[in-house]
Order: sequence, then C-alpha cells, then structure tokens
Amino acid sequence: MDILMILAEAARSAVGPIAAIYALAAVGLNMHFGYTGLLNFGQVGFMLVGAYGVGISVAVFGLPVSVGFLVGLACAVVLALLLGIPTLRLRADYLSITTIAAAEVLRLVYRASFAESVTNGVYGLQNLSSGFRAVNPFDGGARYGFGSFVFTGNQLWLMTVAWGLVGLAVLLTWLLIHSPWGRVIKGIREDEDAVRSLGKNVFAYKMQALVLGGLLGALAGAMLAMHQGAIQPDQFKPQVTFFLWVILLLGGAGRVFGPILGSMAFWFLMSFTDGLLRWMGREGWLPFLSGPDFGAIQLAFAGVMLVLLIVFRPQGLIGDRKEMLVNVK
Amino acid sequence: MSSDEVNGSAAVVDRMAGALPEPGSAKSDPILVVDGVKRSFGGLTAVDVEHLEVQRGTITALIGPNGAGKSTCFNLLTGFDRVDSGRWTFEGRSINGKRGHQVARAGMVRTFQLTKALTRLSVLDNMLLGAQGQTGERMGGAFLRSVWGRQEKVNTERALDLLERFKLIDKRRDMAGALSGGQRKLLEMARALMTDPSMIMLDEPMAGVNPALVQSLLHHITSLRDEGKTVLFVEHDMDVIMGISDWIVVLAQGRVIAEGRPSDIRSNQQVIDAYLGAQEVEDEGSVSGDE
Repeated sequence: MDILMILAEAARSAVGPIAAIYALAAVGLNMHFGYTGLLNFGQVGFMLVGAYGVGISVAVFGLPVSVGFLVGLACAVVLALLLGIPTLRLRADYLSITTIAAAEVLRLVYRASFAESVTNGVYGLQNLSSGFRAVNPFDGGARYGFGSFVFTGNQLWLMTVAWGLVGLAVLLTWLLIHSPWGRVIKGIREDEDAVRSLGKNVFAYKMQALVLGGLLGALAGAMLAMHQGAIQPDQFKPQVTFFLWVILLLGGAGRVFGPILGSMAFWFLMSFTDGLLRWMGREGWLPFLSGPDFGAIQLAFAGVMLVLLIVFRPQGLIGDRKEMLVNVK
Repeated sequence: MSSDEVNGSAAVVDRMAGALPEPGSAKSDPILVVDGVKRSFGGLTAVDVEHLEVQRGTITALIGPNGAGKSTCFNLLTGFDRVDSGRWTFEGRSINGKRGHQVARAGMVRTFQLTKALTRLSVLDNMLLGAQGQTGERMGGAFLRSVWGRQEKVNTERALDLLERFKLIDKRRDMAGALSGGQRKLLEMARALMTDPSMIMLDEPMAGVNPALVQSLLHHITSLRDEGKTVLFVEHDMDVIMGISDWIVVLAQGRVIAEGRPSDIRSNQQVIDAYLGAQEVEDEGSVSGDE
C-alpha cells in the first residue's frame, strides 16, 4: 500500500504548481536553446526579476498583482536587452558565460544589504498572493480531489492559471515555430552565417527569441511568487537553471511539448525517489543513513536516472532521433 | 527553367567589351567597383586592393595562391568582415560598412567555402529561407497563417522550380544534413538563387565535389550567367577556371597582380611566377584527373 501512496504523491507532483511553473520557464528555455540555439545558462535570472517585479510592486509599493506582473515582464525585457546587446553579436559561448554570471549577480544584488529597503535582503518579501487569491473562484481552504490525490482550493487556482499560461505559451511557440519566423530562428540554430548570407538580420531575430523566452521565464517567476506567497533571493540559485535544462533535455529540446512532458516527468521522478527513500528509511532498510542524507541521495538517484535516460534516449522523451543523428556534422 | 543547354557560343561573345588586361582596368558596365579596400590582421596585410571592377553579366574568377586573401576579400565585400579602409559600390550604390544581411538584400549573395547546409531543416525549408521580403518572418505577422500563407505558396512554387533545376526535387522533404557533400553544394547554390540576386559570389564551389557533379555545377554556373546574373567565384582548379571564366583576377599577397581573359592570364609571366607554376604541379596529383 505504501508504494501506491508514493506513486500517488509523485503523480500529484507531476501535475502540481511547481511542475507547471518549471514547465513555463522551460518553454522559454526551449525557445532559447531548442529553437534558436542560444545557450542561456541564466534562465533563473529571468525568473528572479519576474518574481521580484511582482513581489516589490505588491509588498513594497502596494500595487495590484496585475500591475506587478507587468512590472516583472518589463524587467525581463530590460534584462534580455542588457544581456543580448553586448553578447548576441559574438559567438554562442559568450551569451552562456554572461547569463550564468548575470543570474548570480542579480541574486547577490537582490540579497545585498544596500538593496534591503526594496528587496528586504535575505529575508525576502512576504504576503504577496492575497491579491491573487482574492480572485480565486475555488474555495481557498477546501480540499479538492480523491484519496491522497488532493489539492487545496488555493493550489487548484494556481495550477489552473499556471497550466493555462503553459498552454498559452505552448500555443504561441507552436504558431511561431510553424511560421516563416520559426524557420529563420531554426536556421540560426543551425548556422547563423548562412542565414545572414540570405539577407536575414540574425541579431534582431536572436534578440526577439531571447526576449520572448525571457518573458516566459519571468512569468514563471511571478507565478512562483504567487504560489509561495513569499520569495527570497536564495531560492534563485543556479541549480534552478540546471533543473530547467534537465527538464528541457529530458522532454526533448526543440519539441513544442518537450518542456511540459519533461517537467512532469522530472517532478514525478524527484518526488518518487524522495518518497521511496523516506519509506525505505522508515522501514529501517537504510540504517546507515539519517534524515538529512535522504535529500542528497535523492538528488543523486534522480541524477543517475537522468544520465541513463540521456545515454539511451539522447533525443529526450519525445525528441526525433533522426534529427539528433543528422546533427553529427 | 528552360535554359538547360550550355551556351556553346560562350567563347565567341566578348562580354568584356574590350577591357584591357591590366590590374585595375576599367570595365564598360561594372556591377561592382572596389576602391582602396584594405584589411590587415595584426602586422599582416591580408587584402590591399587598389581598384577592381567586375563586369556585369560575366563569370569572373578570383584566383591566387593559398593565403592570397581571396576568402578575406569575399568576406569584406559581402559584409562578413570589416575593412580597415576603402570604399566599394554595388550597382552604383555604396555598400561599404553594410552588414552581411544588408549586402545580401542589396542583391549580392554569397556561398561559403565550407558548405553551410542548415542540416536539421528540410531541403525545402532551406530553400524557403532564401526568399526575401516575407511578411511571415516578422514576429507580428508570424502568428496568422492567413497573413503569410499566399506568399508562402508562391515562394514554395519558386523553390520547387529551382530544386527541379538543380535535380534535388526528390530530396525536398529530406533533412539537408542527409545530403551528400556535392548535393549540399548544389543546395547552397540553389538557396542563394532563391534570394533572386543580381550577383552571386561562390567561394570554392567545386571543393570536395566528385567529378561527376563538377560538370553539373559548371553547367549551372554558366547558365546563371546566361540568365544575366553576374558570377564572381574563387576556385583552385585551373581547368575549371580557364574553361568557364570570361575574366580572371589574380590576387597575390592581398594585391591584384593581374587581370585579363583566360588567354591573357595563361601567358602572363608574373602570374606564372607567382602562382601557376607551382599550382599546376599540385593540380596534376589532386584534382585534374576528372577532366
């Protein structure tokens, strides 16, 4: 019976708010890497400015949540321009170095003491989601679902909005990718000089893709703020970006539904391994481990599973193996 | 496309209209005029062209020993590299300082020494990328198929015509990465034509192509000229160059050391010293077996 409970809990994670939020950010990363070939290792930076855009607007300036979202999105555009203008004319690796550094710099700036008056430093911002919950059509405190597969009304509202946004983002991606615009950015992924020689302004296209993917990252960050009701800088560490990369590669980069499937599979695995380890610990099968070790083992275990998947299915869950092989030049 | 015949009388018509066989000679109807273009890398002067004119509607070959600055020259003229100084005009309009995509839009399109097939796009998509002025390529217009569908249909028809002509029509749904080296050269040339250029710059179009395809590529190049397009190409194979060029420009150490018809170049002592003497020996072993 316990194993069923663990599976139910894992399934709950796979459709839960966090999976939706990571899927949203990964759709953005897919636009960057999967289609345009931009190596963005700082997607968490976009999530951070999105989360703090809404967080600061609501908690510090008392603005409505909707305005906060717009502020977060505007911050993402500014960040994308700041990152893109100096680096997008250079080789691909420069963007990756810049983004990973910029995301860390942002986290350090937002937690710094000189910024405390607006960001509240390491303590972060609280009470962010009352405006969001005020428009909740569900009963916030009630429980919905069956058996162990239950969500509170607040979670359900957040999931509805977050998965709705994921759906919109996927639709947007699909429309763009199946248009001449998408053909140009896929061409840029393959060889930007060739595309330039055909009269396309490669820099402008890369910038558009960077902004678009960054906006989705910021939206994910803003939804994270709504989900938690509180944010603090240290949850935007580089590992978030790498989770997003795992999600993208797991699902299949350059596939419209790749990030969604990847996010669901990733959070299913994370929750399943966590549940399994804890259960085995409770049963006394792991006498050499104590509570805090489980988290580390779980990450390692999930990592091994992902390595196996990448080795045996490098194209991801729904990638096209033919396309992968063709890429060997 | 109908003109699949090689123009047999090509050698009889003097497309050069009496241009003098000397470096920097004036042409009667130049499409490209280059003045004082210089580019150096550190202390090394890669390109230093004082004056060069390319006659409209001809095949002009750019030759020279390795390191003579041919590819650099191509990169500079097409906006893929920045000059240190100099000016050049294309169809009477100044295009120096323009970026690669702007030069291509002006009607001067290039190919690359190392073929750049967009491997994970289909052959047809490769072709469609070449079409200019697509509303669907602007983000605003991309969302609605009704906005760009008609244009796409017209472009697709043109792309299929070109693929037919370059004998790639059966491959249209294949990934470009699945094509052979020679087919990629053909695709690159067809894709360049999709932009409807007035001048096409081919950087070593025959490199790495098997002998059977060389003939077909040559045939395509001459038919481009016969349609009124200007071709400037870099090549190493002397048989190819002498066979199809109307005019030859010889670069050595970044400078134009000679210009002229194939017959002028063949007998030019300076060229023989700088280039041909050594090159011919090399060619015996490597390339000339196919002719």
